[in-house]
Amino acid sequence: MVAYLLKLKLLLLGNSFRRSPWQLVGVILAGLYALGVISMLVSAMAFLVDREATFISMVLVLAVSAITLGWALIPLVAFGVDLTLDPARFTTFAISRPQLAIGLLLSGFIGIPGLLTLLVLSGQFLAWRAELSTLLAALLCGVLAAMLCLVLARLTTTTMAQLTGSRRFKDVAGILVIIPLMLLGPLLVVVTDGIDGLTDLLPRLAQVLGWTPLGVFAAVPGDLAAGSTAVAVGRLALGLLYLAAAIWAWERALHRAMESPRSAKTSTKAVGMGAFNIFPSTPTGAVAARAMTYWFKDPRYGASIVMVPLLPVVIWFSAGLNGGAEFMLLLGPLLGVLMGFAISADVSYDSTAFCLHVLSGVRGIHDRAGRVLACAVIGLPVTLLASILPPVLLGRAELLPASIGISLCALLTGLGVSSVASARFTYSVPLPGESPFKTPPGAGARIAVVQLATFSVMGVLLAPAAGLGLAQYLTGNDLLGWLGGVVGIVIGSVLLVLGIRIGGRWMDRRAPELMGAVMVNK
Amino acid sequence: MSNSYLDPGAPALSIRELGKRFGAKVAVNGISLDVPTGSFFGLVGPNGAGKTTTLSMATGLMRPDAGQIWVHGIDVWEQPLKAKAALGVLADGVRLFDRLSGRQLVTYAGLLRGMDRATVDERTEDLLRVLDLEDAGSKLVVDYSAGMTKKIALATALIHSPRLLVLDEPFEAVDPVSAANIRGILADYVAHGGTVIVSSHVMDLVQRMCSHVAVIANGNLLAAGSVDEVRAGMSLEDRFVDLVGGRGNNEGLSWLHTS
Repeated sequence: MVAYLLKLKLLLLGNSFRRSPWQLVGVILAGLYALGVISMLVSAMAFLVDREATFISMVLVLAVSAITLGWALIPLVAFGVDLTLDPARFTTFAISRPQLAIGLLLSGFIGIPGLLTLLVLSGQFLAWRAELSTLLAALLCGVLAAMLCLVLARLTTTTMAQLTGSRRFKDVAGILVIIPLMLLGPLLVVVTDGIDGLTDLLPRLAQVLGWTPLGVFAAVPGDLAAGSTAVAVGRLALGLLYLAAAIWAWERALHRAMESPRSAKTSTKAVGMGAFNIFPSTPTGAVAARAMTYWFKDPRYGASIVMVPLLPVVIWFSAGLNGGAEFMLLLGPLLGVLMGFAISADVSYDSTAFCLHVLSGVRGIHDRAGRVLACAVIGLPVTLLASILPPVLLGRAELLPASIGISLCALLTGLGVSSVASARFTYSVPLPGESPFKTPPGAGARIAVVQLATFSVMGVLLAPAAGLGLAQYLTGNDLLGWLGGVVGIVIGSVLLVLGIRIGGRWMDRRAPELMGAVMVNK
Repeated sequence: MSNSYLDPGAPALSIRELGKRFGAKVAVNGISLDVPTGSFFGLVGPNGAGKTTTLSMATGLMRPDAGQIWVHGIDVWEQPLKAKAALGVLADGVRLFDRLSGRQLVTYAGLLRGMDRATVDERTEDLLRVLDLEDAGSKLVVDYSAGMTKKIALATALIHSPRLLVLDEPFEAVDPVSAANIRGILADYVAHGGTVIVSSHVMDLVQRMCSHVAVIANGNLLAAGSVDEVRAGMSLEDRFVDLVGGRGNNEGLSWLHTS
C-alpha cells in the first residue's frame, strides 16, 4: 500500500507536467538550483572532515536544527505542505491508519524540497567519513532526521489546520507572515553587529539543541567520535522516541481531522455596498470598486499594502544605518514601481472569475482603467508621501521637484506597463483564497521571465527622468531637478494613457485567449 | 435595454459547422443547430460530449476553430459586444468574484454592462428576493453554499434582462425548492418572449421543462428538434441512451449480487 501511494504521487507529478510544460521547465530549473545548493552544502561538509570532532558536531547540530525548525514552521506560516496527496481524499478507502500515515509521509520525499533535505541531511556522512562507525551513524541519523523534518511539517500543519478553520484567520495570518520575512535582512544586520558575543554562545546552544528533537540525530556521530558510545546509543534512542512520538501525534491529529472534518467557519457579518457607493456607477467605476474591495479583502493584494510601511524600514536598516541616510531618497521611486507593479498579474489573480468581464463584454479600456484607478487611489498618496518626506526630513528641499516627478513617473509608468502586461501574460498564481505564498510547483520560471521583462521595460522607461534627477544630485544644478520632475510627470502620464489604451485593445482582441489561459491555471 | 437592432425573424441562436479541437482530441465536430426564438431548449449529452465547449464558443468565451454563430442574427465573433448585450450566461466550472457580497456581485454585473445605477439597484433587490437570497445578499459569496452560489450566478446572468439565456448545468447542487423557483422564473421568461438554453444530465427534468432538445455525443449532434419529435414516443431517457449507445450489460457484475 505504501508503494502504491508513492507511485500515485509520482503519477500525479508526471501528469501535472503533461498538462502544462511550463511546470516541467520550472521544476527542472528548481531542480538545477537545488542541485547547486546540494553540491555546495555537501562539499562544505566534505571539507569539514579535517576539523576536530567537537567543531564538526557543533556546526552540524546547529545546521540541522535550523533545517528542522524550518520544516516545522515555514509550511505553517506559508500554509503549504504539498497536498498533492490530500489525506482527506483517502477517507473513503479502506487503508489502515499506519499504512496511510507512512505512505503519505514517505511521499513527501518525492518532490524537490523533500529530496533536497534527504540528500543534504544524509550527506552529513561526508563530514564524518574519517571513521567507519561515525560514517555509518551519520548516514543513518541523516535519513532519520530527514524523516523527522517531514513529520514535523505535517504535524504542525495538521494541528494548526484544526485551529485555523476560519477564512479570516488564514487571510490575516497570510499577510502577517510577510512582516518577519521582510525584516529578516535588517535583523541580520543588527544581529551580525553583536556576533562577537555569539561565538561563546554557539557551542552551548549546540549542546542544548543536541538533546531536543531539532538536533538530536545530528549529535549522535559526535558522541561516537568522542568515544562515548553509551551516550550515542542513548541519544539515538531518544531521537527515535521523538520521531515515534511525532508520527503518533500527527497520525492522531490527522485522524481527528478526517473523522470530524471541521467546516470552515463562515463569517456572518453583513457588508454594505462599500466601494460601489464611492466610485461612479460606470463600467470603469465598477471595476475600480471591485478591485478596491479586493485590495482590502484579498490577502494576495494585502501583501502589497503591507509592503508600504515595511519598505522604508528595510531601506533604513540596510543602507541608512551605515550613514547612507540619503538612500531614503530612493523610497518614492521604489514604492511607485512596486505599487504600479502590483496590478501586473491582475487577470491571473481574477482567475476564472474573469469570465464575468468577458461575458459582459466590458471594453478592455474600461477594464484597464478601472484597475488602474483602484490602485492609484492607494498608490498615489503613498507615493507622494514617500517622495516628499525624505527630501524634507533630510533638509534637501531643492531635491523635491525631481523626487516627486521621478516617483510619479515610476508609479504611472508602472501602472501603464502593468496594464499591458496583465492583458497579455497570465501565469499560475495562488488561487483566490489560497495563501499568497503558495506557488504552484514549477510556476516560478514563467513568473520570473515575465516579471523580469516587465521590470526591465519599466527601468528603461524610467531612465530619462531618473537620469536628470541623478544629474542634479551629482552636479547640484537645480534646473536639472526641475527638468527631471517635469519630464517624469509628462513621460509617466503619456505612458499610462498609452498603457491603458494598448492593454485595452489587446484585451478586446484576446479576451477568449486570456479566459483560456486562466482556465488552465485554475 | 433596447434590443431594436436585433433581427426579429432570426433564430435566437444559430450555429453552423462549429468545430473545436484540443490537441488531437476533437471536442466539437462540425455542429449545426438552430434554437428557435421563444423556445426552452435543452442540450443533453454524456459527460465530455462537448456541451460546455459548444456553449462556451456560442457565448464568446472560447474562440472556435471553425464555424459561425449568430445570436438573434448577430455574429458573435464579428460583433461580440452587440451579441453579448443580448446574452445572459451562467457558465459552469468558473469562479465568481467571491470576496464581494451577493448584492455587490449582482450590482457589479449590472454596472459592467453599462446599466444605470437606479435600474441596477431595483433589479438586484428583485432578483435577491425571488431567488430567496435577501438575507444572504449582504454576506460574502465565498461563504455561500454551492446552491446559493449557483443562484447568485444566475442573478448576475439575469440582471440586464437578456433576450437569450444560456445556462450550463443550472440545477446542479440547487435544492428542490429553489430549483422549482428557478424553473418558474425561466418558464415565465420564456412565456414572455425570452429564449432559454439549458445543458443538463437530468433527462426527466429536460423532458418536463423543455420544448426543444438537442442530443450531443462525442462532439457530434445526434438529434435535434421538439422534445416530442426527438423522443419519438419513448421516454427521453430511453431515447437518449439509444441514441448515445453504450447501455451497459447489467449481467456483467455477478459478483455484486450479495444474496
